Amino acid sequence: MVTDNSEADVKKINHILAGYKGESNLLIQVLLEIQKELRWLPKEGLIRISQELNVPLRQVYHAVTFYKAFSLVPKGKYTVTVCVGTACHVRGSPRILDRVEQTLGINSGDTTPDFKFSLETVNCLGCCAMGPVMVVGDVYHGKLSLDQVRRILDSYD
Amino acid sequence: MPKLKSALELEELREGIVSKRDPSRLCFTVCSGTACLAIGSQPTFAAFEKELEKQGLKDRVDLKPTGCPGFCEQGPIVVVYPQEICYLHVQPEDVAEIISQSMKGQIVERLLYVDPVTGKATSRESDIPFYLYQKRLILGNNRLIDATKIEDYIALGGYKALPKALFDMTPEQVLAEIEKANLRGRGGGGFPTARKWKSTRDAPGEPKYVIVNCDEGDPGAFMNRALMEGNPHSVLEGLTIGAYAMGSHEGFIYVRQEYPLAAENIAIAIKQAEDYGLLGKNILGSGFDFIVKVHKGAGAFISGESSALMNAIEGKVGEPRPKYIHTAEKGLWDKPSCLNNVETWADVPFIINNGAEWFASIGTEGSKGTKIFSLVGKVNNTGLVEVPLGTSLRDIIYRIGGGVSGNKKFKAVQTGGPSGGCIPEQYLDSPVDFDELTKLGAMMGSGGMIVTDEDTCMVDFAKYFVHFLSEESCGKCVPCREGISHMLDILTRITEGKGQATDVQLLEDLARMLKEASLCALGQTAANPVLTTLRYFRPEYDAHINEKRCPAGVCKDLIAFYIEPDKCQACLICARNCPVDAINGGKNLIHVIDQSRCIKCGTCFDVCPPRFGAIKKISGEPVPALILEQDRVIQRKS
Ligand SMILES: Cc1cc2nc3c(=O)[nH]c(=O)nc-3n(C[C@H](O)[C@H](O)[C@H](O)COP(=O)(O)O)c2cc1C
Ligand code: SF4
Ligand code: FES
Repeated sequence: MVTDNSEADVKKINHILAGYKGESNLLIQVLLEIQKELRWLPKEGLIRISQELNVPLRQVYHAVTFYKAFSLVPKGKYTVTVCVGTACHVRGSPRILDRVEQTLGINSGDTTPDFKFSLETVNCLGCCAMGPVMVVGDVYHGKLSLDQVRRILDSYD
Repeated sequence: MPKLKSALELEELREGIVSKRDPSRLCFTVCSGTACLAIGSQPTFAAFEKELEKQGLKDRVDLKPTGCPGFCEQGPIVVVYPQEICYLHVQPEDVAEIISQSMKGQIVERLLYVDPVTGKATSRESDIPFYLYQKRLILGNNRLIDATKIEDYIALGGYKALPKALFDMTPEQVLAEIEKANLRGRGGGGFPTARKWKSTRDAPGEPKYVIVNCDEGDPGAFMNRALMEGNPHSVLEGLTIGAYAMGSHEGFIYVRQEYPLAAENIAIAIKQAEDYGLLGKNILGSGFDFIVKVHKGAGAFISGESSALMNAIEGKVGEPRPKYIHTAEKGLWDKPSCLNNVETWADVPFIINNGAEWFASIGTEGSKGTKIFSLVGKVNNTGLVEVPLGTSLRDIIYRIGGGVSGNKKFKAVQTGGPSGGCIPEQYLDSPVDFDELTKLGAMMGSGGMIVTDEDTCMVDFAKYFVHFLSEESCGKCVPCREGISHMLDILTRITEGKGQATDVQLLEDLARMLKEASLCALGQTAANPVLTTLRYFRPEYDAHINEKRCPAGVCKDLIAFYIEPDKCQACLICARNCPVDAINGGKNLIHVIDQSRCIKCGTCFDVCPPRFGAIKKISGEPVPALILEQDRVIQRKS
C-alpha cells in the first residue's frame, strides 16, 4: 500500500537529507535522489526538504512541477517508459505507445490501479539507433515490434 | 595510487602502463554503451567472462567492455585484437566458438560483416565501409577504452595535451591556438569558441566557471552520450585546458538524468583524475588548481540553453534569462562563465596536441575539424558517424549509412533537432557544415540526422516537432508559449482533415512572429520544421487540406485499411493479430474489416504475408462497399 508520509518514507527522506543541510544549490539533486528512492515525492517530504535546505516551499514546488523527472503522485512498481523521440517516432513509436496503453489499460502519465506499472514517455534515451525503444524498470528493450509488447509486459510480476 | 607531481612522472606512469601491455596479446572487446545494453550486450559480456573462466584462459587473454563504437545497428559488437576481427550481432551462444577459434588464430566467418551488395565478407573492423569512409578523431578511441579505467586513456596518449598546455604554453597561447584552429561550438550554434573563452577570461569578477553541456536534449541525437560514456577523460582533459586558458578553478558537468551511465562514468573519471593529481590542487605540480562537479538535469529540454542551464546548476528552475545579459560576464551565480558542448571540449586536446594548423586543415573554409553525427531513422547503418565538416549529405547517408532501409524511397533528412529542418532529395549533395544547411532553411545543429522515407508524412512530422516544442516551451514569454500551441492547433486540424485554405498563410504569419518576438532560441527557431516542410513538401499540405488525403498513409483520420477480396487467402493471421477484433473472417472465408471498430493501428497491414499483400491503405477516397456474403467463400483449386 502506498500512503502519503508513511513512516518508512519519512525515514528514507530524513536519511537522504542528512547530508545536505542548508545546501540550497543542491535542491534539484536532492529531489532527484528522493524521487529515485521513493519513485515519487510525498508532500511531507517536500516540506522537510524546504526546511532542511532552507529553500521556500514555493520554490520547491516550482522545481517539482517544472521538471519531468518528478512526480507528486505515487508510482507503480515498474515504470514503463516509451521513447517518443524523433528517431523512434520515425520508426513507429506512436504505434508502440498505443499498444502499450491498450495492453496496460492506462494512458501515458497514469499508473495501473494495482500499482504495478506506471506509463511514461520520454523524448530520447540516446539509443536512437535501436529504436523504437521501451524501458521497463531499468531494462532497455530495443528494436521493439508491436507483438513483443505484451510478451515483455507479461514477464513482469 | 600516488599523486603525480610533474609532467615527467606522468610520462613515467604512461611508459609503465604501456610496457606492461603486450600488443600481441589476445583481447576481446565488447561494446557496452547504453544502446548496446538495449539489445543485450550484457549477457554477451557475461558469457565471455564465464567461458574464459571455464577454459582456464582468464590470465592469458584480456576481456574489455568498451564505449559505443557507433555501429549500433549491428550490436552487440565484439572485436578481437590484435587482428581487429570484428563480429556483429554476437549472442551469448556464439561466445565459446569465438574464443576457441581466436585461440587457434582462426575466424568465425558467419559473424562477419557481409556487404549487402557484393556479398563479400569483411573481417577487419576498419575495412567495413561504415568505418572506412569516416574520420574518427574524437570517437575513434571509444572502442579501445574501458571508460572506467584512466590507464586505458593514458596508454593511448591521453593527458598529453594537458602538461603541454600547463608547462609549455601560457594561457594566452592556448587561447591563440584555439582561435587559430577556428574551433566553433558543437552544441548547435557554431559560435567561435575562442571568442567565448576570451570574453570569459577578460570579464571582471572571480571566480570564473567553466561548464560542459551534456544535456543533449535534441531527440534523435546521442553523440554526447557516447563520448561521455565511452571516453569521459577526453572531455575532462579539454575542460581542464580551457579552465587554464580562462583562469577558472571550478568546473561543472551538466548531464541529463536520462543518461545514467554517462553520469556514472564521468563521476568515476573525475575521481580517478583527482587520485592521480590530474585534477585538484596544484595539478602535476604546475601550481594550477581545478576541481569539477557533476550536476544532473531533471528532464527539461529548455535547460540545455546556456542561461537556463546555469539557473539549473544554481538549484533553480531551468528557464532562460534575457539574452542581453551575457553569460560570459554574468553567468553562474552572476560570475563569468563559459559553457561549451561535450564535443567542443573534446576537440581541445587534439588541437593542443597536433596544433591549430593541423586542425584547420580538416573541413571547409568556415567550418574546421570533424563532426559527429547521429545517423538514425530509416537508414541501413544507423549509428554514430564522424566525418570532416563539409562532407556531403549523400556521402553520409549512402556511402556510410548504406542508404534507406527496407528498399524504400528516400524522402527527406531532418537535421538540427527541433530547431532544424527537413532537406529533400535534390539537396543531398550539399556539404554539411555550419553555414550550408542554414541556407536551405535547416541547420546542422548539434548533429542529429534523421532519415525519413516515403512512409513518413511530412505534415505529421512537422506536427511532431511542434508538439515537442509546445511541451518544452518554458512558457516564460507569450509569443513562444501561445504561438507554438496555436501552430500545433492548426497542424492538428490539418492532419485531421479539417484544414482550411487559409491555414498555410496563418502558419507562415505565426512563424514570422515567433522568430521576431521570442525571448530565446527555442521560440525563435520553433517554426523551422514547419517552414522547411512547407517549402519542400507543399503538395503534401495541399493534399491534406484540399483533398483530405494523406499521401504517406499516416494520418489516422484520413486513412482506412481495407482487405482486397481478390488477394485475401483467408489465412486468419490479420484477424488473430487485430487488437480490437475488428476483422471478421474464417476458414476459407474472405476477411473483412469492420471500419467502425478499426482503430487504424496498422497491425493487419504489417502481418499480412507479403506474398498475399491483401491489406490496402486507402486515403482520399471512400472505402469500397462490403463484398456480398455469398461471394466470401474462397473456391480453392485442389
Ligand atoms: C532550447 C535550447 C536547447 C539547447 N540544448 C542544448 C543541448 O542539449 N546541448 C548543447 O550543447 N547545447 C544546447 N543548446 C545550445 C546552448 O545554449 C549553447 O549555445 C551551447 O551549449 C554552447 O556550446 P558550444 O559553443 O560548444 O556549442 C541549446 C539551446 C537552446 C536554445
Ligand atoms: S522563447 Fe519559449 S522557451 Fe524561450 S524563454 Fe520564451 S517561452 Fe521560454
Ligand atoms: S529517439 Fe528514441 S532513443 Fe533517441
